[in-house]
Amino acid sequence: MRVSAHTYVSAPAESVWEVISDPARQLSYMSGITRWEVVGEEPVGLGARYRMLLRVGSAEVGGLIELVEFAEPCDIAWTSVTGVDQRGRWRLRETADGRTKVELRLAYGIAGSGLGGWIAEHVAAPMVKDHLRRSVQQLGRLVEAEQVRARAAARRTAQRV
Amino acid sequence: MSETRTAPAHERRNGHAPAPEDAPEPEEGPTPGGSLIGRVLRSVADQAQRRIPRADLDERDPDFIRERLPLMWLVASIWFRGEVRGLGNIPDSGPVLLVGNHSGGNLTPDTIVFTLAFNAYFGVERAFYQLAHNLVLAMPAMGSLRKFGTVAASPQNARKALESGAALLVYPGGDYDAHRPSWKGNHVDFDRRKGFIRLALEQNVPIVPVVSIGGQETAFFLSRGDRLARLLALDRLFRLKVLPISIAVPWGLNVGDMLGHVPLPAKITVETLPAIDLRAEFGPKPDLDEVYDYVVDLMQDSLDALAAERRLPMIG
Repeated sequence: MRVSAHTYVSAPAESVWEVISDPARQLSYMSGITRWEVVGEEPVGLGARYRMLLRVGSAEVGGLIELVEFAEPCDIAWTSVTGVDQRGRWRLRETADGRTKVELRLAYGIAGSGLGGWIAEHVAAPMVKDHLRRSVQQLGRLVEAEQVRARAAARRTAQRV
Repeated sequence: MSETRTAPAHERRNGHAPAPEDAPEPEEGPTPGGSLIGRVLRSVADQAQRRIPRADLDERDPDFIRERLPLMWLVASIWFRGEVRGLGNIPDSGPVLLVGNHSGGNLTPDTIVFTLAFNAYFGVERAFYQLAHNLVLAMPAMGSLRKFGTVAASPQNARKALESGAALLVYPGGDYDAHRPSWKGNHVDFDRRKGFIRLALEQNVPIVPVVSIGGQETAFFLSRGDRLARLLALDRLFRLKVLPISIAVPWGLNVGDMLGHVPLPAKITVETLPAIDLRAEFGPKPDLDEVYDYVVDLMQDSLDALAAERRLPMIG
């Protein structure tokens, strides 16, 4: 099953990248995420591993994931090592009007789970999509708020000078 | 392929869930003598005993569990609107004794909801076993339970599971607890069985109480039928302390619940409490009665809080 959500953020891609690539900030904007822990020595970058859990229905599902693509400041992709089969991607693209299109994609399922798995994937899809939609919206608000604060701080500094 | 063998005598106890030394010795009562009914009962008991598979922890199949998780998720999420809280209270690794109150008759929806939650949270790679009544495992359609990590309740199996470093779920109240009348649904009753405490002390593992609510609303449980069970000598033949009587779908009046029933879609909420290190809290030689009262009181408090959250039976 594949679901995705996107939003436009009034900030450069680098600012969005700073947030999405920081494992310590995942819980502050990712909807439904109950756990996001660094596993291993590499906290960030290609090959970094995280243990993540997402509440869907009556269970927290997820498992160990590994970053398989880390192209600053455009794409982060991950795939599951254990737990539910999943492949996800953050995709950042700057638009002509100076904003950034932020897209979050997630493909998930459990190989070999048959008809029950197929039904479960479809029943879960609206819940997962809702989490994705909230996540990109919260990310957008977070980054834009930081932009406002940064501009205000710059103004104050300029006034003092 | 799993092989079904007759369990050796020491593994043939029909004690329920936690059983380690828990299952009380059979009480004196009528024995099925040489009458026809007595002979039939004894024959059925022998057949059932022969069907009890020898416990083999290796029968737990992580791939099988993983492939069944979506179906369990559907049942738990849609039918029971399951909610499991506090899984973070379970130590991330190492052996741990999960002690639960048991509800919902022989179908135990709380176990379905918790097993799904545990396997999804920690991953199927973490060994997780559940003790169940021997008769449950002897039923023809219940073979797949062993692949989920369900093993016959016996002290040996409990020790074996914990020594292997696994998480072990036990229900000290067993059938006595699971078949309590619906109007006692929000009451933790382990029948003073303390084997789980001895087990935790012997294996030096923490206890994590697991409190659930809603299971007793999946049918209308009228009576445990413990006197009826004694009258029919079921406790001596099958180590069954109860012969429950309930009103359940699709049977109407359901005596014994041997064929199960269709559980009503009651909301199941499970709360996992912080781990208890018995020696750290009660000293090097804890008093069993004191620990028992402490654990049960703790679980009862949590169950009362969960009950207070519920506005309507079944609906939650």
